[in-house]
Amino acid sequence: MSVALDARLVGFARALRGHGVVVGTSDVVDAGAAAHVLGLEDRERLREGLASALLRRAGQRQVFDDLYDVWFPSAVGDRSHGTFEAPPATLPDRRSRAEELRQQLARALADADERALDELAARVVAELGALANAATTGSFSAQQALDTLAPQTAIAGALARMQDAAENAPGGSGDGSGGSGGTGAGVSGPAGGGGFASRFSRDELRSGVAAFRRRVEVETRRRNAEARGAERISRYAVRPPADQTPFLLAGPHELDELRSAVGPLSRKLATRLAARRRRASRGSIDVRRTLRRSLSTGGIPIRPALQHAKPHRPDLVILCDLSTSVSGFSRFTILLVQALAAQFRRVRILGFVNRVDDLTEQVLGAPPGSDLSSAFDDLSRMTRWHRNSDYGAVFADVVEHHLDAIGHRTAVLILGDARSNHTEPQVDMLREITGRARHVSWLNPEPARMWGSGDSVALLYSEVVDMHECRNLAQLRDFVSRLLPV
Amino acid sequence: MTPRFGSIDEVTSRLAETGYLASDAIATTAFLADRLGKPLLVEGPAGVGKTELAKAVATATGAELIRLQCYEGVDESRALYEWNHAKQLLRITAERDAADGWDALRDNIFSEEFLLPRPLLAALRSEQPVVLLIDELDKADVEIEGLLLEILGDFQVTVPELGTITARHRPFVVLTSNATRELSEALRRRCLFLHIDYPSAELEQRIVTLRAPGLDDALVASVVRLVQRLRELRQRKSPSVAETVDWARTLIALGATRDADLSAELVRDNLGVLLKHQDDIERAAVALDLPAPATR
Repeated sequence: MSVALDARLVGFARALRGHGVVVGTSDVVDAGAAAHVLGLEDRERLREGLASALLRRAGQRQVFDDLYDVWFPSAVGDRSHGTFEAPPATLPDRRSRAEELRQQLARALADADERALDELAARVVAELGALANAATTGSFSAQQALDTLAPQTAIAGALARMQDAAENAPGGSGDGSGGSGGTGAGVSGPAGGGGFASRFSRDELRSGVAAFRRRVEVETRRRNAEARGAERISRYAVRPPADQTPFLLAGPHELDELRSAVGPLSRKLATRLAARRRRASRGSIDVRRTLRRSLSTGGIPIRPALQHAKPHRPDLVILCDLSTSVSGFSRFTILLVQALAAQFRRVRILGFVNRVDDLTEQVLGAPPGSDLSSAFDDLSRMTRWHRNSDYGAVFADVVEHHLDAIGHRTAVLILGDARSNHTEPQVDMLREITGRARHVSWLNPEPARMWGSGDSVALLYSEVVDMHECRNLAQLRDFVSRLLPV
Repeated sequence: MTPRFGSIDEVTSRLAETGYLASDAIATTAFLADRLGKPLLVEGPAGVGKTELAKAVATATGAELIRLQCYEGVDESRALYEWNHAKQLLRITAERDAADGWDALRDNIFSEEFLLPRPLLAALRSEQPVVLLIDELDKADVEIEGLLLEILGDFQVTVPELGTITARHRPFVVLTSNATRELSEALRRRCLFLHIDYPSAELEQRIVTLRAPGLDDALVASVVRLVQRLRELRQRKSPSVAETVDWARTLIALGATRDADLSAELVRDNLGVLLKHQDDIERAAVALDLPAPATR
């Protein structure tokens, strides 16, 4: 293979590493061998081949695909073949152009025409996404293109088109030749005619629009990479995988993604916790039973009897900061604990801002997967006098009112950033909690280097309890599977 | 070593002959695993055909399938080899009075005759090319992975009494995992990784048509659209391909073979074939706007 391809692969691997994907030298060698065997004719096959060599787990696929589109672009230039028009100059021009493109989008969505959609995405970026200074830097903005186009408004048009098609097509009444779109070219998309399946056409179109947005983003990255270099674009324009997204920076979309990861993750963790518990309960020899058994073999202990520890599940008390700065993290962790509740003898959930409120009923009483935000949003019983978090007052409150929840079998989990707004930290109160509980862990969503800066009293508290950095899903998963006492 | 497959299209067509419809990703990766001589680590949700892939490759290439089913506590003697103690004891007893004494006997009882090959050794020693399937590796303990490293890296294994045994034919190795335990990096590094996801709508239609013949195309399209929609709802357990096929067969059994037969009542009454949790079913009923069940 050529030197140029090798250099490309090495740069690609380095970009992957920059996004937290572990890629070894041997993996890059494998990728080179794969590219050699597969050739460069089929871009999608090369993608799969490189993915199999460079990736080791499924969660990294999104990052891989984004970077692959940057490093191995599907085309060079604007792929217009001269058919695209110049970006409109004035505002009314932009509006009318957007309207025209929107109608084309509705048609392509209704027909589920992959090629038309692809071409349309390229055209939208070229005509609506070009930035004002494009002439000098050649830059494009997906945000600007999508804001102008507003692709979600094409859904109604597409739906109307599909209904027309269903009414005009023969066989809608079920004489055997039914299903206008089902057997035709558009089998993979929302092209079907009437019947039962038509009731989720709208949802399918919504997914189609979401996919179109992604196409536009991919196309924008490709164009920008051409202008500014693949290395730069892959550093800034590619989102980290979901389990590396910092909790504190997650927007509503990322939080939604994280929430959907709770179910599968909790099942995995439950299996792991059960396995850990099983492993812990075997291995030590029960001397009395071994001696009694040895009598049948003439006093020689041939078959040792092992102790079976009684299944012992700890209590769990969660003390979580629900003030706005960290509530995303706390909510996510509570959802995870709710899903794992069966692993513990008893779970108490105490929410606080500067006063403690018992949320156990609301959280554990709700069916799994339901929206818990009403329980969390009501801060009135968690605040007193002001709405800033005050850890010292909270620990004093716990010692005064909720100490009965903490005993020698209780593991206490504290969730929060330990930013106490310059109030008295009251470390003694935390020490009293630690003295009663079997184990106290603190999960802090801030990076460890920020602890102790500004109004953070994390360093003071970390002398008393085990404080763990827990910035993203990967670290949380690690903590639960390895360190959470079971 | 002669490659098993000539091109990616050949992989697709030969797997299709055995009744396994592979996506382009699966065919490409299987082709690479053969060409590069590397084991294939397959992950993915239950019921998307991870184990079937190994079986299909075995059938397509006319090779024997050797399967190691992993479970908690599987060990060397179950996975690799074991000495046949009973037979060894018999031999010792039978030769007690022989002239050449203990030295000859000792050399003798640790020979091929008394070796019980388990799947891994059997795959390495086979005269014919084989497909080795190591199923649900995540269920086994971590120790077994150390044992696999030598086999997967160099296709050889060391038995203290016999020396190092190297594979005559490099087997086509498929490892499957449901990711209940994180496999070690050392093991992952030695494999090509393939994540099999739920198939695309177009591929799933072909699978349903193949596995449950008798439905007309429009109905198959509707069935697949329904299933794909259910998967987007983020259920506790999303319906997999196996369940789609089951549901198509249910429809045949109920006599609904045309698209017009698919009614909201029919879907509501048989949703249990696709979804296995009550709250999943309730959520789907709301999302699909199904009528409330008839009161009895």
